[in-house]
Amino acid sequence: MRYIDPHAHMVSRTTDDYEKMALAGCRALTEPAFWAGYDRCSAEGFRDYFNQLTAIEPARARTYGIHHFTWLCINPKEAEDVGFAREVMQVIPEFLPKDNVLGIGEIGLNKNSKNELRVLEEHLEIAAQHQALVLVHTPHLEDKQKGTRLIMEAVRNQPTIDPGRVLIDHVEEHTVKEVLDGGFWGGMTLYPDTKCTAKRAADILETCGTERLWMNSACDWGPSNPLSVPTAALELQARGHHPEAIDHVIFKNPMNFLRQAPAFAKRAEAIDVGHPPQ
Amino acid sequence: MNRLDNNQPRTHVIDRDFLEHRAKLIDLAAFLDRCERAEGSDDFRLRALRAAIPLLIDGQAERARRVLESFSDPTNEPIAEAPGKGASGAWEGSH
Ligand SMILES: [Zn+2]
Repeated sequence: MRYIDPHAHMVSRTTDDYEKMALAGCRALTEPAFWAGYDRCSAEGFRDYFNQLTAIEPARARTYGIHHFTWLCINPKEAEDVGFAREVMQVIPEFLPKDNVLGIGEIGLNKNSKNELRVLEEHLEIAAQHQALVLVHTPHLEDKQKGTRLIMEAVRNQPTIDPGRVLIDHVEEHTVKEVLDGGFWGGMTLYPDTKCTAKRAADILETCGTERLWMNSACDWGPSNPLSVPTAALELQARGHHPEAIDHVIFKNPMNFLRQAPAFAKRAEAIDVGHPPQ
Repeated sequence: MNRLDNNQPRTHVIDRDFLEHRAKLIDLAAFLDRCERAEGSDDFRLRALRAAIPLLIDGQAERARRVLESFSDPTNEPIAEAPGKGASGAWEGSH
């Protein structure tokens, strides 16, 4: 089995997790910028974090033969203070040319507030200016459906951003169809209690098709499993799905979305044949 | 569309998954008993849970989608200010 985990917060994981993922067939992973579990107190704290994402984590991943990519932003959980968010957004452009940066993410909404929406719109402006790919976080639980709709509307208000270059993450049964019908890509996050289980993700693939959908572990400092993508692949296998169809979902789909970013395209062939990062 | 057609016979699905979901149903029953034994007032989350249960046996399809929708905030406009960072799992205004 080979797979890509397109959403993994490896700064919160141990090297043991990198090893397990490598053993399970992980060829590449992408790490969106996210909330540390506490609010950072300065934009300089984000500069340190962006350094970690663009220099430290790729080196850790390389030790296990995994290609590491990243996305930059101030996450929606810290976006209520618009002035602070703007200070952080000013730091982003200097990191966009780094060789593992794919684009802007994970931006989006958390509680669907006006300030969060304003910061989302300004992130989308940065993405439009730099022709960057976009990875979007959708809100949790009761806020998800409303937030997903507000996010899609915000993207549509940026006419230079093609929905085919935007992945809307953490879709579930009540949001996946609208996301796909809007021309966006959808991500299913495999979590033990919230978001999707492996079985429900398999159900969604059986009912909605496999185009423009991927699965991720979104492993971080909370309840999560860095091996949830290969675990879901086993579920698909147990249901009798063809190995090629499984490879399409866990490897080719993320390849096809991510290779729209020049930083990924440069290494796509190496990832495809299984060469480790240089 | 590139589908993952599910050709599993129903008996296969039941053989694989019945015990797991039987256990989840008993867990839910025990949770409701535990809440009832505990002192305190009713709660919007419990009301939301009770309101979702009939969707499981109404004979209509897409139960997972409809249960998720029953827990969701049905309004359309962004709120004035985030009240905090967390989500509770049910919309307080709905039940
Ligand atoms: Zn995340």
